[in-house]
Amino acid sequence: MTEILKPDTADQVLDAVKWAVSEATPLDVRGTGTKAGFGRPVQAGRVLDLSNLAGITEYDPGELVLTAGPATPMAEIEQALAEANQELAFEPMDLGALYGNGAGAGTLGGVIAANLSGPRRIKAGAARDHFLGFQAVSGRGEVFKSGGKVMKNVTGFDLSKLMAGSFGTLAVMTQVSVKVLPRPEKTRTVLLMGADDTHAVAALCDALGSSHEVAGAAHLPASVAQRSAVGYVSGAGTAVTAVRVEGPGPSVEHRCKSLRDLFAPFGAVEELHSHNSAAFWREIRDAAPFTGDWQDHQVWRVSVPPTAGPIVGQHLRARLGGEVYYDWGGGLIWFALDARSDAGAADIRRVIRDCGGHATLVRATADVRQAVAVFQPQPGPLADLSKRVKEAFDPEGILNPGRMTAGV
Amino acid sequence: MLMPKPDQGVIDRRAEIIAAMRAIVPGEGVIADDAMLRAFECDGLMAYRQLPLIVVLPETTAQVSEILAYCHDNGVKIVPRGAGTGLSGGALPLADAITLGLSKFNQVLDIDYANRCAVVQPGVTNLGVTKAVEGDGFYYAPDPSSQIACSIGGNIAENSGGVHCLKYGLTTNNVLGVEMVLMDGTVLRLGGKHLDPGGYDLLGVLTGSEGLLGVITEVTVRILKKPETARAVLLGFNSSEEGGDCVAAIINAGIIPGGIEMMDKPAIHATEEFVHAGYPMDVEALLIVELDGPKVEVDYLIERVSEIAKGEGAIYSRISESEEERAAFWSGRKNAFPAVGRISPDYLCMDGTIPRKKLGLVLQRMTEMSDKYGLRVANVFHAGDGNLHPLIMFDANQPGELDRAEEFGADILKLCVEVGGVLSGEHGIGVEKRDLMGEMFTEDDLKQQQRVKCAFDPDHHLNPGKVYPTLHRCAELGRMHISRGQVPFPDIPRF
Ligand SMILES: Cc1cc2nc3c(=O)[nH]c(=O)nc-3n(C[C@@H](O)[C@H](O)[C@H](O)COP(=O)(O)OP(=O)(O)OC[C@H]3O[C@@H](n4cnc5c(N)ncnc54)[C@H](O)[C@@H]3O)c2cc1C
Ligand SMILES: Cc1cc2nc3c(=O)[nH]c(=O)nc-3n(C[C@H](O)[C@H](O)[C@H](O)COP(=O)(O)OP(=O)(O)OC[C@H]3O[C@@H](n4cnc5c(N)ncnc54)[C@H](O)[C@@H]3O)c2cc1C
Repeated sequence: MTEILKPDTADQVLDAVKWAVSEATPLDVRGTGTKAGFGRPVQAGRVLDLSNLAGITEYDPGELVLTAGPATPMAEIEQALAEANQELAFEPMDLGALYGNGAGAGTLGGVIAANLSGPRRIKAGAARDHFLGFQAVSGRGEVFKSGGKVMKNVTGFDLSKLMAGSFGTLAVMTQVSVKVLPRPEKTRTVLLMGADDTHAVAALCDALGSSHEVAGAAHLPASVAQRSAVGYVSGAGTAVTAVRVEGPGPSVEHRCKSLRDLFAPFGAVEELHSHNSAAFWREIRDAAPFTGDWQDHQVWRVSVPPTAGPIVGQHLRARLGGEVYYDWGGGLIWFALDARSDAGAADIRRVIRDCGGHATLVRATADVRQAVAVFQPQPGPLADLSKRVKEAFDPEGILNPGRMTAGV
Repeated sequence: MLMPKPDQGVIDRRAEIIAAMRAIVPGEGVIADDAMLRAFECDGLMAYRQLPLIVVLPETTAQVSEILAYCHDNGVKIVPRGAGTGLSGGALPLADAITLGLSKFNQVLDIDYANRCAVVQPGVTNLGVTKAVEGDGFYYAPDPSSQIACSIGGNIAENSGGVHCLKYGLTTNNVLGVEMVLMDGTVLRLGGKHLDPGGYDLLGVLTGSEGLLGVITEVTVRILKKPETARAVLLGFNSSEEGGDCVAAIINAGIIPGGIEMMDKPAIHATEEFVHAGYPMDVEALLIVELDGPKVEVDYLIERVSEIAKGEGAIYSRISESEEERAAFWSGRKNAFPAVGRISPDYLCMDGTIPRKKLGLVLQRMTEMSDKYGLRVANVFHAGDGNLHPLIMFDANQPGELDRAEEFGADILKLCVEVGGVLSGEHGIGVEKRDLMGEMFTEDDLKQQQRVKCAFDPDHHLNPGKVYPTLHRCAELGRMHISRGQVPFPDIPRF
């Protein structure tokens, strides 16, 4: 039985880390553990469970800033924001279903630590772009802070960027501040039917290169589209390409019309209204096509320059079988393949070598994630620098050892 | 301002260093002549001046790598420099350091519309990026007022902002990748045309690091299609509080304007007299709100903004009816610094950020300080994101006035921190605000930041004396006192 330490306060987090350092006992740092399947299995004797460090401490909608305990449930954050008609614009995904758990779990700290961003990433930025500041306990057992509770800040190094996407390997965050934004009044999605991957991504690039502030750009090959819960999409019987526009009513209608015109040369065009749009983009965000019956498949997230997407997608399927769908205008490829001991890692990374990009294994059994580099291996000098950065925060390797890279 | 004591040993080796540099950078790229070095003795913070040991202007990444490797091996310091428009002294030379100018890195390397990005060298100006793509209707969004002159490398080093940053983000949100050289000569690539490279976000921490972590030699930025149209509205108020409340009301109505700027009465008067933008002279605060997008959206939102402003007590309102008029509205704001420079022999430009709701309090206290120090102050304000630029007017030829102005400035920044804000919104700490870092950060906060510096530059050769008030040796920073088995099991819930 792994022992679980469950601090109630930031001071207790400090005590726990100091103790762990003195005992040379690594800690498995958790929000609520909904993303334990993301990253390599942590080699730690004890769990540091942060779930009691929860609650919104400061939120004034007019300031566009929210401050909360790291383990504040996302449900609570979403609700508070919804009441003020605001949201986290980076659209954090909910990995619950992907890992075969329920949806609607997870914490704000976890979302930041994993730098999770959804389809709106291409317009609004990633979690890291909305993360303003934090307080934390480093792996050295010291309390420190960086950033602030204001939107614009160049006061010292921006350590928030380092914390975002560090999977709890640098420091244990005890308070976080994020930028929040108004929810768009209206959302619509323009669908293009029957385009192959190449034409679809060309159409998406055109849309993104227009002045229409496209806030979502995805493409589902026919076999993926047919699994959508949105009737317009599953009923199409063809591949479906989608762009989302948001804003005040008159503006959305105007942008929609322009985008329909832009898509017309590529094939038949449809439109999704608010409700269906919301359901559709949630599926894209949460990798819904690879949940349920697809639970046994391994899943990769591959990020490449958008124009390289279709070629990469084609090569992945040719080499390894499986299915892909595209988000971020073709630049994010979700790839599911039949489970294998190496998860196809070497092949996948060979495919993207020339175009530049990275591949992350987001779903596989623990033994596979132990054996395979889950995150894109870095060239020597970059890996060395990253290791020195880790040591700057956690020289003894107390926090989530091995979560990102073996031995770090 | 106390700078690190120059290393006499390095100064004595000047001739040898010049020879070594000339072997790497042929021709006129090595400047050692005093008269020519003068041009580099300060950046935009002109109160501080120092001749560099020498200036080197490399043209290739390989040369930068060789220069840094040589300096690393021979204990010579480096001060990176872009266009020298920085306002916090980040590019202030050191007597024992080479100023490494990136001005010859001035090529646009690749424009990739399909992937919405441009690859440029760091010496290309901010406006140069937009110029390279505007023929096809694209632009680079962050637009500092210095955009004609400042370099994109300097923008990354300072995480520069502009009037459109509330909607379109700061530099850090618009940079996709860089090539950089570490102090030991190692060349690294971070990011690229794809998004969110995994691993630690080193690009994120490099942005805003004020030349302390590495030398940027290539940049990939996001470019955007220009909005179809833009219109601006001028709104006048009886007080800055009302102006601030109006900003909050606009945002609370779910509107994020392309730009939202505020000026107080002294700033309105200074700029109006300078550029005749057509500002009302009888208001205490003036807002410029710009909406951009399709015409239908702009027309719709500008009406809503005008309505909201009426409800918040606006006593003046004028909507731009043409591109010329919109440009005129902005001309005052964009020339605020030179306008103040015209009515005062000298001025200091401060740069704090505050929670917007504290604006009234901060301006009120600033008025009191202005009386106390006997110096005038004009305020321009990036109102959407709470970034305040008080311009303190003084005359350096009057004994003691510079010192008083600096004290006044420090008091303003301390006030920003006191109300929950920060010391710098976009100009950086440099040397100017270095000694105020303790107002915002504890010793442990600063040490943790410097440990990151040590991971990049363990000998403090790159831009030392900037940003951090105390230089700790990296060995000392890294040392950890561990009492194995001595800490009692913490008294916290366990399961
Ligand atoms: C519109 C929308 C709706 C959503 N709906 C919901 C919803 O209704 N409810 C909901 O809950 N979620 C929702 N999500 C987000 C949800 O998808 C995430 O899965 C969730 O936040 C996971 O968090 P966790 O704490 O469980 O992660 P964990 O698995 O606990 O943590 C992940 C990583 O972060 C590290 N970490 C965690 N906390 C810290 C810390 N304090 N300091 C340092 N490192 C840390 C861990 O060590 C680990 O490496 C939604 C998102 C959006 C956009
Ligand atoms: C009139 C005026 C208006 C201004 N308006 C704004 C504004 O609206 N918004 C704003 O944000 N700023 C503004 N500034 C400040 C300034 O223009 C910015 O900080 C700008 O980004 C500095 O760029 P630069 O090329 O001049 O850099 P420099 O002043 O040469 O250097 C600034 C810092 O960057 C480092 N550096 C430069 N190039 C590199 C490189 N290639 N690699 C590593 N480090 C490097 C230097 O060491 C130094 O620390 C204004 C300045 C003036 C004079």
